[in-house]
Amino acid sequence: MTDANPAEMPQRSRVDHDAVTPRRGSRRRGRGEELQVPEAEFRSYYGRPIIKAPVWKNPDVPLYLFLGGLAATSSGLGALGGATDRPTLRRTGRLAAAAGAAGGTVFLIHDLHRPARFLHMLRVFKPTSPLSVGTWILSPFATLAAATAASEVTGLFRRAGDASGAVAAVIGPALGTYTAVLFSNTAVPTWHEAHRELPIVFAGSAAAAGGGMGLVGASVRDNVPAARLAVAGAVVELAAGEFMERKLGLLGDVYQKGRAHTLMRASKACLAAGAVGAVLGRRRRWSAALSGLALMAGSALTRFGVFDAGIASANDPAHIVVPQRERIRQRQATTGTEVAPPDRTFA
Amino acid sequence: MTNLFGASGATGKLFDAFSGAATSLSGPLPDPSTDAGWSTEHPKRVGFFTDTSVCIGCKACEVACKEWNLVPDDGTDASDLYRLTGMSYDNTGDLGASTWRHVAFIEDVRPHGSATAAHGGPPSGVPVDAATGFLPTGLPAVTDGAPSSPTLRAPRDAATAPAPGETVDLLALLPDSGAHGQQTPDDERDVRWLMSSDVCKHCTHAGCLDVCPTGALFRTEFGTVVVQDDICNGCGYCVPSCPYGVIDVREDDGGAHKCTLCYDRLGAGMEPACAKACPTNSIQFGDLDELQAAADARLAELHGRGVTEARLYGRDPDDGVGGDGAFFLLLDEPEVYGMPPDPIVTTRDLPEMWRNAALTAVGLGAAVVAAFWGGRK
Repeated sequence: MTDANPAEMPQRSRVDHDAVTPRRGSRRRGRGEELQVPEAEFRSYYGRPIIKAPVWKNPDVPLYLFLGGLAATSSGLGALGGATDRPTLRRTGRLAAAAGAAGGTVFLIHDLHRPARFLHMLRVFKPTSPLSVGTWILSPFATLAAATAASEVTGLFRRAGDASGAVAAVIGPALGTYTAVLFSNTAVPTWHEAHRELPIVFAGSAAAAGGGMGLVGASVRDNVPAARLAVAGAVVELAAGEFMERKLGLLGDVYQKGRAHTLMRASKACLAAGAVGAVLGRRRRWSAALSGLALMAGSALTRFGVFDAGIASANDPAHIVVPQRERIRQRQATTGTEVAPPDRTFA
Repeated sequence: MTNLFGASGATGKLFDAFSGAATSLSGPLPDPSTDAGWSTEHPKRVGFFTDTSVCIGCKACEVACKEWNLVPDDGTDASDLYRLTGMSYDNTGDLGASTWRHVAFIEDVRPHGSATAAHGGPPSGVPVDAATGFLPTGLPAVTDGAPSSPTLRAPRDAATAPAPGETVDLLALLPDSGAHGQQTPDDERDVRWLMSSDVCKHCTHAGCLDVCPTGALFRTEFGTVVVQDDICNGCGYCVPSCPYGVIDVREDDGGAHKCTLCYDRLGAGMEPACAKACPTNSIQFGDLDELQAAADARLAELHGRGVTEARLYGRDPDDGVGGDGAFFLLLDEPEVYGMPPDPIVTTRDLPEMWRNAALTAVGLGAAVVAAFWGGRK
């Protein structure tokens, strides 16, 4: 064998600090990051990934998240729009809820590597599997939303349509936030360690998307709730997203580089522009619609960004080794053991 | 047979999902099969103890596994049939849908005298043995080319350095090198080979099994974790949920695949193909409690012989996955072999995640209602 490339040695390799630590000398320093990483040095097996990156398809899964969020809040706007005599908002909300749920279902099934077996999802109900829970949230939601939309379009069975729309609106928020558990409940460090913040980011994203859709579809007379919801969602999404990236510390580096960085920056720009537009331009039909589109784009870009960040995190052995080593070190410091962590007991 | 087991396994998992969500997502669990719904009459939990100190990297386990389980080749295309990694004698790279045993091969090469604290040698400033460049930890001390009694040598850490002037003749150690990884002297570099046959850990708390939405993954009566290929719909959720990166989806058939611990052979009272084929007994199969006792004894023996770098991995039922059904004796830190140093099953935090998501959902619903506040017109 020839000499192996020293850079690939499975030894304690020096890692590009800019790639592993938060931006140096930036405002991110010293912000009380939970994950204190004293040194970005770690060992690995020839720098290869330790866990497997998700095999979920792109854009299927990010789009599913976006459409699910869109449908989640649209159903509420549709139901309450109907109850408060805002016919264009009602119609927009109901149609968007049905289209979002239907589109999301299509993407969810297309994402399967054996799509013909999608009904196997309904064999069991497993609270330990967010995908199982999500299937059982999406299935009734999509059915009810479709029935509501059918009633809306045909004008038939109005009362039944109102009732199914109301039930869908109650289920909706669960559809908007369970997807955060779907991502967090993996071994992907950047997703798992954000399990407190990710539901809030996704809820904000869902509100921005549904509200944005309302701004696109509803008349100026009817669009106040949509504008409020969209602006609140955008603000929450921006704030929670920023908080999440900072709190992730080392693991947040995937949001600072590569495609995830680009996507998140674009998302923030869209959300900010859309929110400002919604506040200032709500009373004009064209500016309201434009703001709504920007908000929806921002929401979708967030989903794509979080998805990409997770892939990058899973492929980075530093994301596994460095925090886990730190965990071991802290445990040893607490218990006073210095020889080995509990999982490697020396006889 | 598979269907029969599969049906009862799936029922068991359903039961587990409802009853065990709050109690058995993490922590020690003496009997995962009963927890999954099997009657207490089930066979004892079985597993693998892979003693890497005697692994010679022959890959007979990989071959036997492929032959018995009809696992297709690992290459993604014809030109990549042998997956030459170029990094060492490892040509499969990692575990995957078509690699259920993976022999990690670490060629620990250092230029002469280049050992540093980061390499496990003495810290800078401490004299390093001029002949070898690094301290072969735990090797019996040798002077004048003659093996001495197997004195305990300093462990590979910064705290203990070799006495200045001590020399180690690696060649004289070769007959005994099996216990320490293969070591080869060279004029210009120091080489140590570490080999380890990696496999699915058959965790006590298996993330892949917990997150499987179809019930395709189930806990067998032997305490192992198996995919039912006729149920799996290729959703891929198990793939990123494994803290060890074991299970993967096969491109051509779309299903998730991993080691079954030769479920079919177990049912016939046979040991798994890899253990059967292993020529050095590096892969040991048996009842888990007996393997754990054997591993403890082996570790004590190695420590007694001065191989202080030996450590067990996945042995402890108190670890983040409740202990592994397949555990290891390693000669270096687990990450050097491509394994996570402190894995935790992701579902340990699932109750908190569900709480957070539910609260956030309530907040989202309230936000929608609040958006209509104040009426109109």
